[in-house]
Amino acid sequence: MKIVTKTLEGIADIQLFPIIGLILFFTMFVVLLYFVSRMTKNQIDEFGHMPLDNHDDLSTEKIDSYK
Amino acid sequence: MELQKFTYDNRLSRLFLQATILWGFVGMLVGLTIAFELIFPHMSSGISWLSFGRLRPLHTNAVIFAFVGNGMFTGIYYSTPRLLKTPMYSELLGKIHFWGWQLIIVAAAITLPLGMTVSKEYAELEWPIDIAIAVVWVVFGINLIMTTVKRRVHHIYVAIWFYIATFVTVAVLHIVNSINIPVTLFKSYPIYAGIQDALVQWWYGHNAVAFFLTTPYLGLMYYFVPKAANRPIYSYRLSIIHFWALIFLYIWAGPHHLLYSALPDWAQALGVVFSIMLIAPSWGGMINGLLTLRGAWDKVRESPVLKMFVVGVTAYGMSTFEGPLLSLKSVNAISHFTDWTIAHVHIGALGWNGMLTFGMIYWLVPRLFDTKLYSTKLANTHFWLATTGMLFFAVPLYFAGFTQSLMWKEFTAEGYLKYPNFIETVVQILPMYFLRAFGGTLYLTGVIIMMVNVVKTMRMGKFVATEEDQAPAAHPEKYANEKGHRRIEGKPVLFTILALVVILIGGIVEFVPMFMVKSNVPTIASVQPYTPLELEGRDIYVREGCYNCHSQMIRPFRSEVERYGDYTKAGETVYDHPFQFGSKRTGPDLAREGVKTGPIYKPDSWHYNHFLNPQKMVAQSIMPPYPWIINNSLNTSSTARKIRVMQMLGVPYPEGYADKAVEDLKKQAAGIAQSLRDGGIDVSDDKEVIALIAYIQRLGTDIYKK
Repeated sequence: MKIVTKTLEGIADIQLFPIIGLILFFTMFVVLLYFVSRMTKNQIDEFGHMPLDNHDDLSTEKIDSYK
Repeated sequence: MELQKFTYDNRLSRLFLQATILWGFVGMLVGLTIAFELIFPHMSSGISWLSFGRLRPLHTNAVIFAFVGNGMFTGIYYSTPRLLKTPMYSELLGKIHFWGWQLIIVAAAITLPLGMTVSKEYAELEWPIDIAIAVVWVVFGINLIMTTVKRRVHHIYVAIWFYIATFVTVAVLHIVNSINIPVTLFKSYPIYAGIQDALVQWWYGHNAVAFFLTTPYLGLMYYFVPKAANRPIYSYRLSIIHFWALIFLYIWAGPHHLLYSALPDWAQALGVVFSIMLIAPSWGGMINGLLTLRGAWDKVRESPVLKMFVVGVTAYGMSTFEGPLLSLKSVNAISHFTDWTIAHVHIGALGWNGMLTFGMIYWLVPRLFDTKLYSTKLANTHFWLATTGMLFFAVPLYFAGFTQSLMWKEFTAEGYLKYPNFIETVVQILPMYFLRAFGGTLYLTGVIIMMVNVVKTMRMGKFVATEEDQAPAAHPEKYANEKGHRRIEGKPVLFTILALVVILIGGIVEFVPMFMVKSNVPTIASVQPYTPLELEGRDIYVREGCYNCHSQMIRPFRSEVERYGDYTKAGETVYDHPFQFGSKRTGPDLAREGVKTGPIYKPDSWHYNHFLNPQKMVAQSIMPPYPWIINNSLNTSSTARKIRVMQMLGVPYPEGYADKAVEDLKKQAAGIAQSLRDGGIDVSDDKEVIALIAYIQRLGTDIYKK
């Protein structure tokens, strides 16, 4: 463990760590935006409707019948 | 296209739902009890396991892990098979998960009031229970991921992503924060000490909020809000961005719980920046939830389910705006250690988690029992009681937080503290504590009404144990050529690993320098390990949950230095396994309690009488009496082992010291007891109170030693 500690103690510019983190996040975010923008409307519609696909879905009827 | 038939098993959802309601009631009842204990300190009648310090961890753990935990599992076991068009991978694993989780809750409900605690907030449970949690959690994870692997749909709906992130992150958080070395079956010391322990704890604590109270419930929101409104989520694109941005950012924000503490500035700044950035994905999620109801607001007026969802999601928006606000150093300087924090977490817990859970219950029960809800009127009454109860809870506490903080900080024209006596600031906010308890009563009344409604509904209908469905068989080869995010979505194990990498980055960036760079915790030569008696006293301090009301962290403000003494340095905490910074000052800070020349020093006899009857020493005090500490004899059977464990953790006791530790302990105890007897107090050497006084009189004194 001491070898690890000693090596890491010598890290210069440790204050760059947060900057690196920010760059990582920014990159990830941009890549994500790119992929999301490439999704087609059909895909989006299909995925968005996934919870509603059950043939026995009675959500509105059940809520209305509360009255 | 070939259609395959399969069934959904509702039995686990029903079990978890019943457990949610039962533990929700218990957790909130304990919460209400301690709210009243703050107004009537003698309510605990000198019974140790009813005292505030022991019940408060039970309340927080019960609400988080028993109420919200079972709530999330109810929703997960209901929605996952339906979204993936397959039964859960293993009903047996599901049963082990359910009964294992309930057993853990029962173990917590027994051990916490008995004072078996590590004293790290929301991670108080001792090591055998921690191991059980890890095992049961992995059982849940295997079941979840294997269900995802054998699904019949290609795309994994966003709710499941949130469930997977929950599983992965909570596993990491729990294991890293719970690495303790056992002393006995129900006593252990964390391997981290002082400020490093604090950093790990609040990385855990903050992300317990993020990944136990938020991500699974966002998953539930993405499933149940569209279900109840019968329309798809407003923007599926936004949900993808919401997911990745949220899990990446959340993990960094923990240090905002330690602003102005002895934590290095760079780590504090990191926590603040990422907390502010968190507003974006959080509000993205809230907007996505609320806008799902566009064009359906007429339904909101009629349906108690949607009403509860709307208030729940709005409360999520409020608390995720307030959170970043509180993480600004200038705001935190006012809010920290006050009731503002309590108000903030309850907007989240009562509003976001509570309302979403209630909405889900009202939606699920009629479906699980194939009937109508027994009474919409009662459900609406519950909605109004919960909403007004929440307001009566939070608004007075905002006032209390502000008022007390400003009183702590106010100086006279001559430059003295205007309210040098801490109790003056407590008396001022007591009416607010009454209102809070009233709000809690309203909220709990709502829950009781829900229990009646649910039981009546269950009796009206007949439980639907299984439901049939059909879907085309999976054809993974069809999607083999997909790229980018679409490819990740088709590979749940790869997806899980990626989520793990994303959440690890933040933790590593914070921990590596903090643990490895010595300059972050400057050592102080005069800081020495605790004597065996002080160590035993410290363990009593931990057992009684003193950290729930007393901080040990003087921030570098003129008002605090004036009131309590010199601000706390990181190097003073290096032998504190675990740290005792606390997060709330219901009573004064104790970091320099033992400094004889300090502003808050009290003699041994004062402490003795104060533990016996606090109101005798401070007439308006709201601290409960601790007669058992006065009466109990100190158990020294594990003192030697405690010293050995401390040595193993790097505390520099001399070689072989463990063998003479009890002898030293007795010598020091005899001295303190004698001085008490000289002052006319009839006490024998071996009482617990002697050890506790030794510890308290040691607090903050090291840096003044020559």
